Amino acid sequence: MNVALLVIIAFLALAVGLALLARRGRDMDLEQWTAGGRGFGAIFVFLLMAGEIYSTFTFLGGAGLVYGSGGAAYYILGYGTLAYILSYWLLPAVWRYCTPRKLLSQADFFVAKYDSRSLGVIVSVVAVAAMIPYLALQLKGLGIIVSSTSSGTISATAAVWIGALVLSLYVVASGIHGSAWTAAIKDVLTLSVVVFIGLYLPIHYFGSIGAMFHQVQDAKPGFAALKGDQLSPVWFSSTVLLTALGFYMWPHTFGSALTARNEDVFRRNAIFMPLYQLLIAFVLLVGFVAVLRLPGLGESETDLALLGISQRAFPDWFVGLIGSAGMLCALVPGSMLLIASATIVARNVYRGLNPHASDATVTTLTKLLVPVVALGAVAFVFAGGQTIVTLLLLGYALVTQLFPALLWSLVRPGFVTRPGAIAGIVVGVGVVAAMTFSGATPGSSTTLDALVGGLPAWLADLNLGVVALGVNVVVTAAVSAGTRGSAPVDDRPVAADEPRFARTGEPARQRVRQA
Amino acid sequence: MKVQHVLAALPFVGILVGMFFANSVEPYVLGLPFAMFWVVMWVVVSAGLMAVVYRLDTRDRARAGGDRR
Repeated sequence: MNVALLVIIAFLALAVGLALLARRGRDMDLEQWTAGGRGFGAIFVFLLMAGEIYSTFTFLGGAGLVYGSGGAAYYILGYGTLAYILSYWLLPAVWRYCTPRKLLSQADFFVAKYDSRSLGVIVSVVAVAAMIPYLALQLKGLGIIVSSTSSGTISATAAVWIGALVLSLYVVASGIHGSAWTAAIKDVLTLSVVVFIGLYLPIHYFGSIGAMFHQVQDAKPGFAALKGDQLSPVWFSSTVLLTALGFYMWPHTFGSALTARNEDVFRRNAIFMPLYQLLIAFVLLVGFVAVLRLPGLGESETDLALLGISQRAFPDWFVGLIGSAGMLCALVPGSMLLIASATIVARNVYRGLNPHASDATVTTLTKLLVPVVALGAVAFVFAGGQTIVTLLLLGYALVTQLFPALLWSLVRPGFVTRPGAIAGIVVGVGVVAAMTFSGATPGSSTTLDALVGGLPAWLADLNLGVVALGVNVVVTAAVSAGTRGSAPVDDRPVAADEPRFARTGEPARQRVRQA
Repeated sequence: MKVQHVLAALPFVGILVGMFFANSVEPYVLGLPFAMFWVVMWVVVSAGLMAVVYRLDTRDRARAGGDRR
């Protein structure tokens, strides 16, 4: 066992310890377990949101995308920023609707808005389907970190299993409070590590960041901009749009929006969150260093770029720190994803089908589902040879299909009918499912070209998810136009003490007790 | 349309449309390739714009008599 691995294990022990501490003395009912009792202030919500947004994807996938595709990786800097701007209006609207009704999840929101249990089940299935590749990406990252830092002593396969086990235990032990504390440590560690290596490596190897980019240009002309083939500006803009719209459609990002004490928290966060995004620029710099100093990684190995170049440049204990930051980057969003998927399956699928299930049954089922979902993600990791970025973009293509029905229900209640929302989501997801996901690089698997050949360049480079989204919008609007007047939409104001779901038939008794 | 909405729309135009014109390695700005600098610049500008939007909204609410939170 080497020093790097010991450092990582020490940080893991710290995270688990904090999780258990955060739990002590609290009576964990379902609302406590998933939404932290709705008592978090601005700083905690900021850390929580930052924590789940800055995942293994940012850490390893960002450098990996630079390594494989150069300037295409700038999309990662752009989409979060646009999503935060949207959040300034979107999240307060969601919060105002959900809080008086004591809604716990995104599916609850759809059930209440469209007064439809079946839509709740459909949304839940789509959400869980989207989260599996996202969760798989975290496990893949954990696997890469553990197996690289152990210098191959622990195989990548074993490392993925270890990761899934650790994640499940962590989540069952802690719930969301553990995530919030670990998120604080993770953010400090990640921020310091990433800024340091992002500045140190270019200066150490090339003298300055500018000198490095000149060398990149000499070695690979045009690599640090968007290339003409496939990952063109068309791909960039459509991908930024897709991922910006999908940003808060994830059940776990939507869920953390419910933990705020008041809606002003979101508005203030919208100012500072874009700046947090700059952290990614340093990761991209590391990717460019690896392009020049760690040549020869294959198409499916690009995610190794950041750790590979770090192992070449730094002593073992520091590689351990970098690995720990990466491990926490997988643990925090991973735990969030696990909590969200398990909650959704128990509350919105199981209870959706068995409306009289008791709270105790649903809480127990939620905890039992945690390892089951983790296993699903493990299977996904082993099933495909995809990179971290392709996994993320698949998840986004699916989850963004929820955006039209959600936005319309807030902006123009009644415009989209229940059948319209269902048809749009089902068709959008169907289009995504129809896309071939055979390629190993984002270039070959996320564009329309992969599905339909022989298109003009500006059309062929479109992100597939955006095409599906366009079809979704048209279907939603058309079906709604044909069915208007048949389905009421619930947008009346609700008193704080009113039992939620009173109109949808769920037993109101249990809800009142929690209120 | 309020001025807040116009301000918030600028980064969308800058990033989604602007990239078609900013997609170039040269000139380097602050050592960064121009395309990368372009996106980084919009990240910083966005934070500033949202700070202005927040100020304007707070002022509007105060003028409205403080009946909305």
